[in-house]
Amino acid sequence: MFVDLPPGPHYRCSKDRTRSSDQMSQSPSFLEPRSQIDDPSSPVARFGADEPLVMDAGMALAPWQIAYQTYGTLNTAKSNAVLICHALTGDQHVANVSPVTGKPGWWTTMVGPGKPVDTDRFFVICANVIGGCSGSTGPATINPATGHPYNLDFPVLTIRDMVRAQAALIDRLGIASLFCVLGGSMGGMQVLQWAASYPDRVFSALPIAAAARHSAQNIAFHEVGRQAIMADPDWRGGNYLNEGTRPSKGLGVARMGAHITYLSELALHRKFGRNFQDRSAPTFSFDADFQIESYLRYQGLQFVERFDANSYLYVTKAMDYFDLAAEHDGILARVFKGSATRFCVISFTSDWLFPTSDSRAIVHALNAAAASVGFVEIESDKGHDAFLLDEPEMFSAARGFIDAAARARGLS
Amino acid sequence: MNLPDSEISPARLDFLLLADMVAPGSRVLDVGCGDGSLLALLRDRKNVDGRGIEISREGVNACLAKGLPVIQGDADTDLADYPNDAFDYVILSQTIQATRQPKVVLEHLLRIGRRAIVSFPNFGHWRVRLDLLVKGRMPVTDNMPYSWHDTPNIHFCTIRDFLELCAEVGARMERAAALDAGGKPVRMALPWWAWNMLGEQGVFLLKRR
Repeated sequence: MFVDLPPGPHYRCSKDRTRSSDQMSQSPSFLEPRSQIDDPSSPVARFGADEPLVMDAGMALAPWQIAYQTYGTLNTAKSNAVLICHALTGDQHVANVSPVTGKPGWWTTMVGPGKPVDTDRFFVICANVIGGCSGSTGPATINPATGHPYNLDFPVLTIRDMVRAQAALIDRLGIASLFCVLGGSMGGMQVLQWAASYPDRVFSALPIAAAARHSAQNIAFHEVGRQAIMADPDWRGGNYLNEGTRPSKGLGVARMGAHITYLSELALHRKFGRNFQDRSAPTFSFDADFQIESYLRYQGLQFVERFDANSYLYVTKAMDYFDLAAEHDGILARVFKGSATRFCVISFTSDWLFPTSDSRAIVHALNAAAASVGFVEIESDKGHDAFLLDEPEMFSAARGFIDAAARARGLS
Repeated sequence: MNLPDSEISPARLDFLLLADMVAPGSRVLDVGCGDGSLLALLRDRKNVDGRGIEISREGVNACLAKGLPVIQGDADTDLADYPNDAFDYVILSQTIQATRQPKVVLEHLLRIGRRAIVSFPNFGHWRVRLDLLVKGRMPVTDNMPYSWHDTPNIHFCTIRDFLELCAEVGARMERAAALDAGGKPVRMALPWWAWNMLGEQGVFLLKRR
């Protein structure tokens, strides 16, 4: 059995859903994520051949679409719009029940009535990233030229492509400038890219547990995940959707490996220690003797039921390519020169995937660029995932920053 | 937000003196800014573009809630990351005695800012001297409320000691003031030795030579 798991998208599980590893290849039991790919149960902005998405890889994607959710009401001055950017495996369902998993939105602790991102005051937008699998155009989308999914014909994408797509959505919604852009992890990368690409459209920016470039170690972890997917014979060179298979084992292993990087050693020890799973002695087999083994297998199983393997390849690669300073001779301060955006950067003490040093590098660059920046490191033993969990100090910092920015913007 | 003088905490009356040393509309970095009271005062009264560094999370959160751009950091380690001449003034208020390397910190202040403003509790004050002389114990006063073994203040100095350090790092003194126990300036033209006796705090406006 699982013990005392904190809430959060990565953690949720229950006893009755425990399975052994040989069930990993079974077909999914709840709502097939495929149903969300072309026609999701959320609003979609569609762009035709006359409005292609020009991508960093040199291609123009058309037609394309971006799926999104909104909460709250846009004021008449259109000055209260907040954009939430989701992380690697997130989606647009930030504060509503997920149509795929039936679980609450992934950031209901931060976004909602009376929450730091107060949907009673702000018009909150969250869009599925381009390359994702929750309704925005991605590798699983049907390519109109062939009638089949793009699969690996989909252009390799970047964080900037994701942000460009979001900017097109914001244009479509008639919003000139966003009051606040915020997000954690890959979402924080998008926040930084927004501030860099569209400084005049971002009044305040709140990147959490993020970095201005992906580290070699993080690229390494992602590559292990990608290789696990590609090594699954059911991946079929990326054409599994055409051939009626799914690389669930590979994607599950990718998720298991990645999941470890989202936690901390202390959190793992506290939750699982060396405890056995439903047994009092080792079985001397390759069964999941330990709770941590069972937990990771479950995480893998749960993930493959909601996520597309090729999407995972594309979105992880986009994070790997992210290096905001690259176009400025490696000098991050130049990216933010002259920026009038108010920044607040947040990191967590036990996050070794996006450590505080990454956030400090952002802060130093903003300082050197004479930008307005606040920074706080939150004491937490929950690792990278802390940004999704109940961290009162994070909420307090975010609330203070957002409320002060709202006063400066003249929002009630 | 714009507090009248009478509502400013008597313990921090030195803020008024510090604020008086800052030219309106200038760029200010407050190192060890606490809950941001001085920065808020400077913003509201002097239209200052202020930034802060504060070591405590509670302090940083209080600053963020006031809309002040303050980063969690440490004067001993983080000043090195600031470029030269980034600010018109760098303020170090009641903090230098808590740094590990006061000289290095002071040099950074003079490098980052065109001017530095430093205030500190004066260990040369007559009450401190008397405590040590009569009781034979490390003094505990309103300005220095900690006992010797758990104090964050690891580098106490007197006004005279500080003057010597200023000479050593090549700082020119533009203004100086000694504050009495109530935080009011000692308004007498007195020689340094007298200020060193009567001032509970020293406040200095420094410029790079």
